[in-house]
Amino acid sequence: MNSTCASIANRVFVSLDTSALSKGSEAVAERIQQYLIKQPDMDVTLVRNGTRGMVWLEPLVEFETAQGRIAYGPVKPEDVADIFQQQPFSGLNNHRLCLGLTDNLPWMKKQQRLTFARVGLIDPLDIEDYIRHDGFTGLKNALSQSPQAIVLQVKESGLRGRGGAAFPTGIKWQTVLDTPSEQKYIVCNADEGDSGTFADRMLMEGDPLVLIEGMLIAGLAVGATQGYIYLRSEYPQAHKILNMAINRAEAAGYLGDNICGSGKRFALEVRLGAGAYICGEETSLLESLEGKRGVVRAKPPLPAIEGLFGQPTVVNNVISLASVPIILSRGGEFYRDFGIGRSRGTIPMQLAGNISRPGLLELAFGLSLDELLEDLGGGCKTNRPMRSVQVGGPLGAYLAPEHWSTPIDYEEFAKINAVLGHGGVVVFDDTVDMAVQARFAMEFCVVESCGKCTPCRIGAVRGVEVIDKLTDVHADQGQRQQSLSLLNELCDTMELASLCAMGGMTPIPVRSALKYYPADFGLAPLLVDPRSTHQENTSK
Amino acid sequence: MSAISTADIHTINNLLEQHKTLPGALLPILHSIQDQLGYVPPEVVPMIASTLNQSSAEIHGVISFYHHFLTHKPGQNKISICLAESCQALGSTGLEKDIKQRLNIDYHQTTKDGKYTLEPVYCLGNCACSPAIRIGEKIYGEMDINKFDELLEALVTYKVELT
Repeated sequence: MNSTCASIANRVFVSLDTSALSKGSEAVAERIQQYLIKQPDMDVTLVRNGTRGMVWLEPLVEFETAQGRIAYGPVKPEDVADIFQQQPFSGLNNHRLCLGLTDNLPWMKKQQRLTFARVGLIDPLDIEDYIRHDGFTGLKNALSQSPQAIVLQVKESGLRGRGGAAFPTGIKWQTVLDTPSEQKYIVCNADEGDSGTFADRMLMEGDPLVLIEGMLIAGLAVGATQGYIYLRSEYPQAHKILNMAINRAEAAGYLGDNICGSGKRFALEVRLGAGAYICGEETSLLESLEGKRGVVRAKPPLPAIEGLFGQPTVVNNVISLASVPIILSRGGEFYRDFGIGRSRGTIPMQLAGNISRPGLLELAFGLSLDELLEDLGGGCKTNRPMRSVQVGGPLGAYLAPEHWSTPIDYEEFAKINAVLGHGGVVVFDDTVDMAVQARFAMEFCVVESCGKCTPCRIGAVRGVEVIDKLTDVHADQGQRQQSLSLLNELCDTMELASLCAMGGMTPIPVRSALKYYPADFGLAPLLVDPRSTHQENTSK
Repeated sequence: MSAISTADIHTINNLLEQHKTLPGALLPILHSIQDQLGYVPPEVVPMIASTLNQSSAEIHGVISFYHHFLTHKPGQNKISICLAESCQALGSTGLEKDIKQRLNIDYHQTTKDGKYTLEPVYCLGNCACSPAIRIGEKIYGEMDINKFDELLEALVTYKVELT
């Protein structure tokens, strides 16, 4: 897009994000184009942006006005002409779909958008637009600093791996920096397999350049000249956008043999996964990148010392890497000032499943789920009582209402045997059968286990069997008690003896379902955990 | 299983030539073959093996590890239904049954007319619009059996371009 032209013309925005497309944004964009062709005297540019994260309002159409952007949604193609006739560029009006200024919507006001600052604002493939919104400022700063100074900034920010494991990013980088080697690698883990999560996708589709910038900075920090984005094959739209963004960044001199004239080198390539959940585990991902079966490696050696092709490798999640540019442009201290305890900065929380207003919110650590589920999320989409939420993907705990006031913080969640993971929250209403969900957790592990270690490969199969025995309507209390202790023992084995988080964490959803919803398994509350004081909701 | 054509062999040789020097070339090779032919025919395994100087067993091991790679020719349209938790919370289990019944096939099967192949998938990242399905390169949300019928109708009537 021609940037000088864009600043003069009126701009209208329609998202090209996968979720927006799945709700029909393409047809709306086409209708706007058709409308504009018939109005040659209107000087309007249609911009395809990322989503603002208010997915229930998609297809969302925004008009740039003197007061700011004004949002309309959800818009159908047949609404387009009607909206344009209300002079949408001159300010607020009382069209039935007019939502007001985007920035004033409660969903937007609640957030602290640092990593997602540009997502939904800019044209994701327009480098000039990216630069106008502070893009590449972090890279410029990094180019003038020593590798150690960059690593120190990241350490100071308190950033921890947003993929789920929450390992301090700066420490990982330090290890790679300190390991001498001719060739080092930056690998971006974009194998976002957890159900209920879409933050990586939304970022890659809405602001791919911030990820590229984060990887460039990581390369400068540790002395790596080659980067790979390992993207899951389930994300065709993100694949297309990333490749276009990489081409444009290359053409503009941000990637290649001479980054911004500095003489430094960094090349970047997208590699597609092939539908294996386990490849989100970093060592399995590296095996897959090397062209092998995605079988988990034993650690040590750490990937930071012997990673891709045996070389020192930074493996970071999309959100971790995309948070680096703002740390380098505003300083580690700026980022660290958000959050609580040892959870510094922000985390994108994704509301999914049975919820009226699903979407993504980037928040400083410290709020509670309560504040998200009802006020912003609007309760269950089915208008039924909310019974359980699973936080942190398929290996995360099912939480009962008594825990929804827990602050969003890695350590606070660990205290209740739960995980924040990648920030996904999947909501269930009171029709959910938690025994079915527990069985599914084991079943998922059967399908997705890489097969290397026995507790995971065999344990998951036995897990499904023993849950079936436990919930068999013909079983008496004695048989159930026996199945229950067997299941607990099996969970212990998987937790303690599995090689990676797949087998090691599968017991988390199983145990939380058992603990908070014993009646679903045909068990009395006391039978499960004598310490539990929870009163089971029997209204289902 | 029908043998692959001479034209296919020519295509595959070109793809092998194009990708063989990439570090970790196997997945890009398999993707490129599946993108062209719709699947990875067993006949190509020895071809890949000799190009990469690996054994056929190693190549077969990789193909069989990943759910994405198909070893049988699929129908004209590959339909994937998301089975993960977010979609379950909004009724994907029922949708799954309805779709299987509508197409009269189970997972990993193709309809007799060769039009549709059904695959399960664990998460399409469209969790804010559950339940989700994927047809070709397009992802659809808030799916129910009526919408699914409309989609099929559109596929048949307009020969919708799916890439």
